[in-house]
Amino acid sequence: MRHLLGIEGWRRDELEAVLDRARAHLPGGPDTTHLLRGKVVANLFFEDSTRTRTSFHMAARGLGAGVLDWSPSGSSTSKGETLLDTARNIEATGPVAIVMRHRSSGAPHLVAKHVRCVVINAGDGTHEHPSQALLDAFTLRQRWGSLDGRTVLIVGDILHSRVARSNLWCLKALGARVIVCGPPTLVPPGLEALGAEVTHNLDAVLPQADAVMCLRLQLERMSEAFLPSTREYSRLFGLTTAREERMKAGALVMHPGPINRGLELAPAVADGARSVILEQVSNGVAVRRAILEVCTS
Amino acid sequence: MSATVLFRRGRVIDPRNGVDGVRDVLVRDGKVAEVSDTPLPVPPGAEVVEAAGRWVLPGFIDLHVHLREPGEEGKETVLTGCRAAVAGGFTAVVAMPNTKVVNDSGLVTELVLSRARAANLCHVYPAGAITKGLKGEELAETGELVSSGCVAITDDGRPVMNAALMRRALQYATMFGVPVMVHEEDLTLSAGGAMHEGSVSTRLGLRGIPASAEVAMVARDLVLLEETKGRLHIAHVSCEGSVRLIREAKRRGLLVTAEATPHHVILDDRAVGDYDTHAKMAPPLRADRDVEALREALVDGTIDAIATDHAPHGVLDKQVEFEKGINGIVGLETALGLTLELVHSGLLDAKRAVELLTHGPAKAFGLPGGHLAPGAPADITVVDPLEEWTVDAHRFYSRSRNTPFHGRKQKGRVVQTWVSGRKVYADGQVKESR
Repeated sequence: MRHLLGIEGWRRDELEAVLDRARAHLPGGPDTTHLLRGKVVANLFFEDSTRTRTSFHMAARGLGAGVLDWSPSGSSTSKGETLLDTARNIEATGPVAIVMRHRSSGAPHLVAKHVRCVVINAGDGTHEHPSQALLDAFTLRQRWGSLDGRTVLIVGDILHSRVARSNLWCLKALGARVIVCGPPTLVPPGLEALGAEVTHNLDAVLPQADAVMCLRLQLERMSEAFLPSTREYSRLFGLTTAREERMKAGALVMHPGPINRGLELAPAVADGARSVILEQVSNGVAVRRAILEVCTS
Repeated sequence: MSATVLFRRGRVIDPRNGVDGVRDVLVRDGKVAEVSDTPLPVPPGAEVVEAAGRWVLPGFIDLHVHLREPGEEGKETVLTGCRAAVAGGFTAVVAMPNTKVVNDSGLVTELVLSRARAANLCHVYPAGAITKGLKGEELAETGELVSSGCVAITDDGRPVMNAALMRRALQYATMFGVPVMVHEEDLTLSAGGAMHEGSVSTRLGLRGIPASAEVAMVARDLVLLEETKGRLHIAHVSCEGSVRLIREAKRRGLLVTAEATPHHVILDDRAVGDYDTHAKMAPPLRADRDVEALREALVDGTIDAIATDHAPHGVLDKQVEFEKGINGIVGLETALGLTLELVHSGLLDAKRAVELLTHGPAKAFGLPGGHLAPGAPADITVVDPLEEWTVDAHRFYSRSRNTPFHGRKQKGRVVQTWVSGRKVYADGQVKESR
């Protein structure tokens, strides 16, 4: 039994074990509905989510588990209950795992220190989104076999992205070179110390990438003047059709969603031949089944 | 209580008076009567403190303490804060005004002083607010605050963001001779930040507070200080850039003093670990190069005083998401041990360390004490420099337990504290006399 609070700290062989196991959970694989039969997985989503929540729900059901879908609206958190009290009360109902999303970085770490069941981080603030990184890596392995020697370019709002951090650690651990690119106001300090190469010039690095992972521009943060305008952002960092043409032959386009179409990613690119965006979503269920299986075993 | 006390053969370290050697110290009627390098006869009826192997020091003075009374007595009271102070070797503390009610009037100052008299343990010097309600809008009545007993004015916990108001505060306070103590934080730069901005905040996905949030305000206030010819005391300095500006301002003769906390000198931002709210404070724990700069500033005199910023909080204030965690840690009972870490590591010599806890703060605020010349108040702290012990937050006299140092091994411990010739702490026990 092991928490999945983040990718940081997981060894390559441990990550590969989850990814290898995920293959068995792809559609058409063996029946796995006995693995968590009679168990309950609690989905604690303190923040809105469509893909991740649904994906974990489907994954848990696919393993035979019941799912407790909890959300803060109409719960005791609106009466001032603390995070820990909420988590302890949910734990008292007996789930084998708590899948948790929270707007505060580190919130799952706090809960994990105070509950006995497994805690799986489904996205904490601007920290980590480990299951997303694993499904991204899974998708790339499906295409490439191995990530060794490959270059992945992560473009966009790195500062506020939990996907960027988890992917950085995951991709590096699996042997890839990682370049991050965004305006200086949206690239946090010290990324080099975490193993990334940093650039603010998309056009200079684009031809080097075997995959370009676009991140959502968090429009809700635009009021804080990180950027002069979305127009300028799109001009400098948007993956347009013109830029797509300068990508390596066979290079892939990824996005964790939701997409601001026409802003960080041109619709034709999002839906084009390079795009593996919907594969990412499909693979998410298999990867999350593997996560639940490995963490609760 | 004994009117006459003889401290025999201790190592007396009294930086103000240039003393560092084995001495006898005779105390009579609450004052130091004699300091002698030859053994003194025991006066009739005198209490004798055998201090061989121990350090006999001026009582420590903490310029920066939150006693939480009035308003948050569940966290600390003047009484419990004074107990923590004497247990930590402090014989005087300066109480910050950001209580609930704010100390922005003579009435609140008098309340704090009356509680301190009732506690009857150590000297409590209130600091009054710079602005009414700490709102940064109108000056509080500095004259009334000072005449009621305040020794400084400060909006500690908050900066004075309005530069024109800050300029007037510095000008106005010159009439009363008290320092204007400042919490330097540009709120537009620190907004939303939960820890120091750097590789650790990036790793943890926490919004950072850049060093410039402090340094920019230090720069602004030094400009205003030069113009107003006031007295500025910069609280809890945390950054290399601030140190550089303060050092240069002192060189040019500005009346600026500064303090550093033990935690900013001992820990860096890596202490946040995996979201440990006990390492959450304002200003935040900074990068290792900032810690290095603070240490150099302690040695070369840029920093005048070690102050704890003793900030008691309840368990529920800390057992929350990191971003929601309240800033601050308790410090009175760990200050000596942490300071001695700097001595044992060879960074500070014993005399300089003692100066930072005694004469340095006394001089910065013009307070009595901080030295042991004949006629000085008999505020004395006796330290065993070699006793090894482990910090146990559950045994604090403070009402709160919020410390990142629980379980940390220390070498050197306060064994006795005397205030005005009266023993207020010995054998691990606070000696109350109310």
